[in-house]
Amino acid sequence: MEHNVVIAGFGGQGVMLIGELLAHAGMDEGKEVTWMPSYGPEQRGGTANCSVVIADEPIASPVLTNPQAAIIFNVQSFDKFEPVIEHEGLLILDSTLVEKKSARSDLDVVYIPATDIAQKLGSSKYTNMVLLGAYLGKVAPITMESVYGALPIFLTGKKTDLIEINKRALQAGVDFVSKK
Amino acid sequence: MSSKVLMKGAEALAEGAIQAGCRYYFGYPITPQNETPEYMSRRLPEVGGRFVQAESELAAINMLYGAACTGVRAMVSSSSPGISLMQEGISYISGSNVPCVVMNAMRGGPGLGNIAPAQGDYLQAVKGGGNGDYKRIVLAPSSIQEGVDLFVDAFELAEKYRMVVMVIVDGLIGQMMEPVEFKTQVDVSTRKPPEWAVSGRHGRDHANIITSLTLDAVELEKWNLAHQAVYAEVEKVESRIEEYQMEDADYAIIAYGTMARIAKTTVRLARAKGIKLGLLRPITVWPFPAKQMQAYVGKLKGALTVELAYRQLFEDVRLTLCDKMPLGWYGRGGGIVPGPQEVLTAFEEQFGKGR
Repeated sequence: MEHNVVIAGFGGQGVMLIGELLAHAGMDEGKEVTWMPSYGPEQRGGTANCSVVIADEPIASPVLTNPQAAIIFNVQSFDKFEPVIEHEGLLILDSTLVEKKSARSDLDVVYIPATDIAQKLGSSKYTNMVLLGAYLGKVAPITMESVYGALPIFLTGKKTDLIEINKRALQAGVDFVSKK
Repeated sequence: MSSKVLMKGAEALAEGAIQAGCRYYFGYPITPQNETPEYMSRRLPEVGGRFVQAESELAAINMLYGAACTGVRAMVSSSSPGISLMQEGISYISGSNVPCVVMNAMRGGPGLGNIAPAQGDYLQAVKGGGNGDYKRIVLAPSSIQEGVDLFVDAFELAEKYRMVVMVIVDGLIGQMMEPVEFKTQVDVSTRKPPEWAVSGRHGRDHANIITSLTLDAVELEKWNLAHQAVYAEVEKVESRIEEYQMEDADYAIIAYGTMARIAKTTVRLARAKGIKLGLLRPITVWPFPAKQMQAYVGKLKGALTVELAYRQLFEDVRLTLCDKMPLGWYGRGGGIVPGPQEVLTAFEEQFGKGR
């Protein structure tokens, strides 16, 4: 079984971080994982994306032409990745920031007001976790416990206090897709 | 929990080199491998080694030459344009029989090109580069784990044959993260300098001299003949290949490094469609695993070479399989990395539906 996803948005939105979180959690569960960033002469505020593959078998290509799923943080990334998602794949997008609708009828599209939800939790900084939660609620390539377990790798020192709020943001994403 | 850690390729390869006993690193910054020297600058002092950021690539390769002359395990890393600048040094080191390791994170070219993944330095790595009749062993890992494991072999092969060993990767392997396990730790703390090293006389009755200058033609031809014999031996015993889904294959893709990894998914896609496709992946690109490939003559209906370059690997494939089976080629350059489906489409265009 292989799950793969592209996560895309602006640099600074925590795009790369939730990809790494997913990869760490997958590894801790004993799965095969790859995390591949877009890289280039990047600039602040420019677009950034990463591809994550989680599988039971050794992973061949870490390069995804047609990802099974995409988590989208901005319009530019929507325009880039919505057309290439695998047939009958999953599209999760922050409807607070992306006003467009997908024209593809084959996709399972989740329009989640992730930034609004995060702000209600205290800060738009948690938007990435809300979106990751929505993905995990839909696909569940790994357990929430593994994801929670990997949070302390990224939230160290003073940020340790933020683990609980990040868990709540993840859970808010899961809840949003579960109630539908 | 396993003993695996999630690491970026460029850092994992640096740690792999350290675990393999590398204690001296020289370099000059160039993307996409800057995480390697950065990591080395932090880690080498912790293990009693030294990191030097040189003033240029030319300085770095000659610092490596000097360090390796003392018999220690030492390396440089760079990326395509930087490796080009080092070719003179690589020829001198080869002409002096000094073992060392050079890593090239290949990027788009020619010239300054760009920093995206490419394999356009293949011919430079396996055939030429510097002047004169020398060879170096070239290892081409296709995953971070394999790269880490191969670093142990890289230093051992370098010392066994007193040759330069080159490890070629690309920005994709350098920038991605994968779980990696450091299985082998080579203890170099009690190593004695080898007999040929210039590390003090240690009671010998003669001083060792290391040079690549041999003015007498008869003597230099002798050197060359002796080294041709070494290279022939390396070709005979050190070539390595991965054969993936080849047991019942009608067709093969031939690819190495990152491209081979992507082609593995192509093989899976083809198999799902009923096409009996396999993958022949050279792990050593010099020595080229020619014998292993020739074993499939008469069994395969054709082979498609796929590379991030223009007919470079294909040159060796043609030398190996020319007239023995139908051969096809597909490649992208300039830093473009084709996906698995694109490779399958290229296969189907050239070999029909493969049935």
